[in-house]
Amino acid sequence: MIAPQPVALTVNGAKVRRFVEPRLSLADFLRQDLGLTAVHLGCEIGACGACIVNLDGRPVHACLMLAVQADGMHVETVEGLSDSGAIAALQAAFHARNALQCGFCTPGILVVALAFLKDCRAGGAVPSRGAIRDALSGNYCRCTGYEAIVDAIQGVAEAACAAEAAA
Amino acid sequence: MRRRGGGVSAATDSPGRGRYIGRGLPRPGAKRLLAGRGRYTDDVVLPRMLHAAFLRSPYAHARLGAIETAEAAAMPGVHAVLTGADFARICAPWTGTLSHFKGLRSAPQRPLPTDRVVWAGQPVVMVVAESRAEAEDALEVIGIDFEELEPVVDLDAARAADAPRIDADAPDNVLFRTRIEAGSTAEAFAEARSVAVDLRFGRHTAVTMEPRALVADYDPAEERLTVHQSTQTPYQFQDIYARHFGLSEARVRVIAPDVGGSFGMKLHLYHEDMAVVGASLLLKRPVKFTADRMEAFASDIHARDHRVRARLAFAEDGRMRAIEVDDVTGVGPFSAYPRTSAVEGNQVVRLIGAPYRLSDYRADLTVVAQNKVQMSQYRAVGHPIACAVTERLVDLAARELGLDPFEIRRRNYVTDTMYPHRTPSGYTFERLSLATCLDRLHALMDYPALRAEQAALRETGIHRGIGIATYVEITNPTPAFYGVGGAHISAQDGCVLKLTPAGDVACAISITEQGQGSEAIVGQIVAEGVGLDRDRVRVLTGDTETTPSGGATWACRGAGIGGETALQAARKLRARILEIAAAILQAEASALDIRDGAVTDADGSPRMTLTEVANLAYYRSDLLPPDVSPALTVAHHFAPRGYPFAFTNGIHGSLVEVDPETGLVRILKHWVVEDCGRIINPLLVDEQIRGGVVQGLGAAFFEECRYGETGQLLNGSMTDYLVPMACEMPDIVIRHVETPTQDTELGAKGCGEAGTAASSAAALNAVNDALLPLGAAVSQLPMTPERILRALGVV
Repeated sequence: MIAPQPVALTVNGAKVRRFVEPRLSLADFLRQDLGLTAVHLGCEIGACGACIVNLDGRPVHACLMLAVQADGMHVETVEGLSDSGAIAALQAAFHARNALQCGFCTPGILVVALAFLKDCRAGGAVPSRGAIRDALSGNYCRCTGYEAIVDAIQGVAEAACAAEAAA
Repeated sequence: MRRRGGGVSAATDSPGRGRYIGRGLPRPGAKRLLAGRGRYTDDVVLPRMLHAAFLRSPYAHARLGAIETAEAAAMPGVHAVLTGADFARICAPWTGTLSHFKGLRSAPQRPLPTDRVVWAGQPVVMVVAESRAEAEDALEVIGIDFEELEPVVDLDAARAADAPRIDADAPDNVLFRTRIEAGSTAEAFAEARSVAVDLRFGRHTAVTMEPRALVADYDPAEERLTVHQSTQTPYQFQDIYARHFGLSEARVRVIAPDVGGSFGMKLHLYHEDMAVVGASLLLKRPVKFTADRMEAFASDIHARDHRVRARLAFAEDGRMRAIEVDDVTGVGPFSAYPRTSAVEGNQVVRLIGAPYRLSDYRADLTVVAQNKVQMSQYRAVGHPIACAVTERLVDLAARELGLDPFEIRRRNYVTDTMYPHRTPSGYTFERLSLATCLDRLHALMDYPALRAEQAALRETGIHRGIGIATYVEITNPTPAFYGVGGAHISAQDGCVLKLTPAGDVACAISITEQGQGSEAIVGQIVAEGVGLDRDRVRVLTGDTETTPSGGATWACRGAGIGGETALQAARKLRARILEIAAAILQAEASALDIRDGAVTDADGSPRMTLTEVANLAYYRSDLLPPDVSPALTVAHHFAPRGYPFAFTNGIHGSLVEVDPETGLVRILKHWVVEDCGRIINPLLVDEQIRGGVVQGLGAAFFEECRYGETGQLLNGSMTDYLVPMACEMPDIVIRHVETPTQDTELGAKGCGEAGTAASSAAALNAVNDALLPLGAAVSQLPMTPERILRALGVV
């Protein structure tokens, strides 16, 4: 075993310093060392998407990274995105449309949906349902059958587009 | 039709809606999950908590020799290395048999094996350490002598006379046989035309996003065991842990926190559960185990695994007469506990043909042991198999006769004048809406237009298929399901309602929440039943210490049984409130009402708020007449006593496009018309249906636990085992017919399994409809591209 290494990173806006074993995944670090239990582990091989967090503003699988690799970087989890209001529109739409059941996949989906909508706005178009379904294909959900999730994301995209058009 | 502009396709309210019952309201509890504040079992961290990891058998069948643990025990952070012998002293074995399945046998099970392993992935040695990583480090240095035995893998080979036996004391590998017979099928088949099928259904598994997890916490000072467990049935586990470890049931508490999907998978007892509880008892400290995904594939129950041969006799006019069935199902090395592995097959042979008027029926079921993961109840137990067999037979008969699939079904359904109707297999239907649902689906799909489009596209080399499948579904079970066989599984539910001193309502109920919305519907029912705002009702579930004992969640019973319990409890609380208010207001209780949180006159004019009533009862009971109790806590228990089961029904439609060159199938659209009786929350019903449909489509096209010849699971990871993804799934159109059961005031039946029950059958019929002009047919699920190409003779 290699001795713990120092890491310093910014998590949900706060500076964090810890010593961690080099083998510790970013996901386990966030869950166990920082108590950020919105990061969920569904497969630990980067297939299911439940652990996705923002790393320097882009979605990554926290299970596929080591904590030491995140040294010096900015991590945002759903706890932080929720507190900052960044995902408020998505949260409201998911709630109204019942676009979640057990909620285990939901944090990863919210992070992916946020980045997807940001990309869509840059492109200036409301995404098609097919495009939303493609964007979600790295996120497994066993409860909903996906349609409600697609509806919720589409609703947020349309509202954002309408707001921009009105502005 | 829908979704012009808005994007949101939330269901409309039920036509028979009340203030809350029948309304498509969002779930209050979902906001917490959306904020990342869910608390799942692996999130539970306790002082002095240790972590467990298991060394698993690499062999499907082997004799267990010496186990070398000394080096592991000396590893950093390791507190204990435990083997079968350690648990044999403290845990009574369990056997997955019930007396109503006559002749069912199964080998007794222990937490860890002492002499043999019977599937690849069976836990053999447990390490308990300061961290999961340290426990896994120690697994690396444990040595086990295995003497490999010949495994029993294939379903047909398991029944061969010279097959190796999994249970050395048994005469063969058959765990259970049963035959159902009504009328004379031999006569019927001698006189009529017939069609036959030989269908194979692969093993698949639940793949809950949250794997199984538990934290067992034994406190020797009070001899108290608290288990935090990801399960849908906490009372069942309370009973099991108490009985098998010799503990007082009153000192065993099982808490199910947020549960990340269950689908039936988390209501079975697993060897790891008993080992974790046992380790906590031995070490007197909290012990946590969370299965990783590979462990989940190799130890969560698998489902299905059937080969069904069946034939249908019918007359020239399209009237169906008789069905014969032979179902062979492979269930792993033993029968699951405490619900057995006989229920799946039993429901297959009893549900086949159920929606139709048949005069003669015969079905044989053979439940066979294999050296694979145990098979037991998973969402829609037996239904998808029975539905696919029946509906494929019906389609084949229609083709023989040149009848449209809708027409042959219309001619053969149990009709409205026949209720209550008893099927040849012994089920009784109170009332179904088969023909109504059929007509509704016909219009909803715009069936003639779909057929015209299909014909036009075939001219251009595009092969679309249209399939339909009728289902009936078992819901609201009485003790006929498990209790009569001796299982400690409750068919009743309990609800305790308390008007708090501030005038809110606290509800504790025995049904449980896994995201389907149990708490939401109970809140709606209680709010309507008492007469206050839903936001003032707080619903508590999933804790054996703070909720009344009951059945919890299984077999689509939550809304129908739990909902009725909540409604009657609300009626009782309402009566108490009115009695107290009447005494204070010097009025007749019968002349008062409760609306929007206030006691009112019959005309609705408010007299006093619930807060005032509660304040008075709790703090100024001296003002009440001596014969009026101040109690504002009521309890109600309810179990259905009418029909043994409340059957729901409905029909699915599937539209697919098959590429004959690649074997790939695009699922274009799926329709469901369903009847689950009184709908409490149509938004939640729709999402139960959609989620269920997609799990059925997974079984139809993607999901299969594939085994090698030596009994190794070949695809036990999320990259190799395919679960449906968003990009592969269609939009699903749902409509409702409401035929409330008269057995309860609420009238609700279950809906959670209806989606899964028939979606794979509709897809099977759709794919075969697409393949028909190509002269091919598939008879195996999942319908992979390879199997479709084989059917087409391409490979």
